[in-house]
Amino acid sequence: MTTAALQEDTPGKRAPLVLGHRDFNAVTETVAGIVEKKTTPTWLVLLGVAMSVLLILLGSLGKLVADGLGIWGLNNTVFWAWDITGFVFWIGIGHAGTLISAILFLFRQKWRTSINRAAEAMTIFAVMSAAIYPVFHVGRVWFAYWLFPIPNQMSMWPNFKSPLLWDVFAISTYATVSILFWYVGLVPDLATLRDRAKTKVRSIVLGIFSLGWRGSHKNWLNYEKTYLILAGLSTPLVLSVHTIVSFDFAVSIMPGWHTTIFPPYFVAGAIFSGFAMVVSLMVLARKAYGLEGLITIKHLENMNKIILLTGTMVGYAYAIEYFIAWYGGNEYERFAFINRAFGPYKWAYWTMWSCNVFSPQLFWFKRIRTSIPAMFVISIFVNIGMWFERFVIIVTSLHRDFIPSSWTYFRPSLFDISTFLGSFGLFFTLFLLFLRFLPAVAISEVKGVMPQADPHAGHGGHDDHGHDAHDDHHEEASAKADESNEDEGDEGEEASNDSEKDEEESRG
Amino acid sequence: MDKAHRHEELEEESAKPFGLMGYFLTPGELMHACEKLKNAGYKHFDAQTPFPVHGLEKAMGLPPSKMPWIVLSCGATGLLSAIALTWFVSVDYPLVISGKPSFSWQAYIPIMFELTVLFSAFGAFFGMWGINRLPMFYHPSMKHPSFPRATDDAFFVTVEAKDPKYDASKTKKLLEELGAREIVEVTE
Repeated sequence: MTTAALQEDTPGKRAPLVLGHRDFNAVTETVAGIVEKKTTPTWLVLLGVAMSVLLILLGSLGKLVADGLGIWGLNNTVFWAWDITGFVFWIGIGHAGTLISAILFLFRQKWRTSINRAAEAMTIFAVMSAAIYPVFHVGRVWFAYWLFPIPNQMSMWPNFKSPLLWDVFAISTYATVSILFWYVGLVPDLATLRDRAKTKVRSIVLGIFSLGWRGSHKNWLNYEKTYLILAGLSTPLVLSVHTIVSFDFAVSIMPGWHTTIFPPYFVAGAIFSGFAMVVSLMVLARKAYGLEGLITIKHLENMNKIILLTGTMVGYAYAIEYFIAWYGGNEYERFAFINRAFGPYKWAYWTMWSCNVFSPQLFWFKRIRTSIPAMFVISIFVNIGMWFERFVIIVTSLHRDFIPSSWTYFRPSLFDISTFLGSFGLFFTLFLLFLRFLPAVAISEVKGVMPQADPHAGHGGHDDHGHDAHDDHHEEASAKADESNEDEGDEGEEASNDSEKDEEESRG
Repeated sequence: MDKAHRHEELEEESAKPFGLMGYFLTPGELMHACEKLKNAGYKHFDAQTPFPVHGLEKAMGLPPSKMPWIVLSCGATGLLSAIALTWFVSVDYPLVISGKPSFSWQAYIPIMFELTVLFSAFGAFFGMWGINRLPMFYHPSMKHPSFPRATDDAFFVTVEAKDPKYDASKTKKLLEELGAREIVEVTE
């Protein structure tokens, strides 16, 4: 029997969020253990690869600053291509992190707890990768500050009526709020690491970053309220960011861009690609660090369901664009869409359809939804497809504009490709450093959703219970947890059955 | 009595007690203990837990958090600054686009929204540390020999010496009755 089959929902009963006899200490040990263990050779190799790719990025950007935008394959007709594609691609990836941590938090979806930390980290790194493009595509990077409303010697102000300036505000606010939200979540876990620190340096460094957190309930009360408020602020924020990114296109009069469906369609696409990236990363990270008991198949399955939902929404948007192009009666609009599907970029268009609309439909089948290799492959397809979606929107609309004499075919230059490839280097370097030095799973939040965390659990009414009996139970559980901890892979049939039994006992 | 020992003893005498600390192994026991302490008339006591135990604030009789008010006022400041900024900019350097008025506020809604969120988030972030009196790099409760477990798997309760009902031996007895372990008086 496979593990997947064992964790199936029993009707009327929720699947456990933490598997394999874990008590509070075992959760700390598992997660903090990753950070405290010695650096593994695999990690070093991966970091080496990621940093080499990061060097490609630095080289490409150096060349760009030295020689100017001419090194990219842009021309007079297609004046925006891989740069804005890469920007929207990375911003979209970032959205899942905020979604998992904010929207699922507001909806009281407890399953978010073991994946939110890594997803938020992913958000921050994706936004950093995205930020490269707007900063460098201005060409003369040293003038990038012109984008900000700073008093200058020419007494000029940026154009606040331009969506590109709205973008500056949206992206910088998003990056700032994401970092604050992430850091607030990290503080109690940094305190846990501080209290476990073995060396002086470690305890001082962690002591500074954990701000002297000591778990006081008076502090928790304000902390939780703040977390709720930040989640409430991030939810409209994350929707606004991609809405404003879509305004960059929708506010223009370019056929294929000038549509009102863009804001919701871009938001759905962003969630879609972001969740696909979380699935790709989590599948690898849980395997590499033995987090199978915390990031369960159930977690992955839930994310796959969201991928299925948003993928279908994206497919709907593709279809409705055709309807509007026909129904709207604008011949330029109609041409733009026929040209997308059957013009010179039809290869990109149909790659987009197959990756984004057809491949996630396989998630209707539970077998595929819960199969690790299948979901990994599909999530990679979705990431590829979403890059193509942005490419199709941008390049196919531009390359055949209103005047047939200026029609061209865009080919990326070597530096277009190396800059985009390099941005993955930045993303993965930061993500690997995060996995190594910070708790990848939110320790305190996972503890909070365990059945033992309910103050009314274990005994009906806390007055009529001998403490000794309870302590014995605790000691026993902790001994068991230690055992299962030594053998990380041990979460087969027995463990999962027992944990269900435990849960039942604690509820009864 | 050797010198070092005497010195230690003197130091102990001079140190003011901060309070009594003990811990429990389940959130349920902690909640029960906090209820009992509240009912016994204690005002200055605190719980220290590895994760927020829901409902504990009721058991402890704590007032609700003031955070929403801080965030609301910061958000209002953000909105007003955005209006001020866009108004000033459109008057100081008018850009006429499609014949629209200089201060076409509809186009500035994204700016107003983003700055409201940004200021609220800063208010929430810094306000929370302010209310919690953090960062604080030292706290007497960290002197408890088992303190590291407060961020791991133990549920501490601290009765502070400044509480009018505080009496080292009586309070200790009460905590013992409630089942607290390793009850220690920590000094400031």
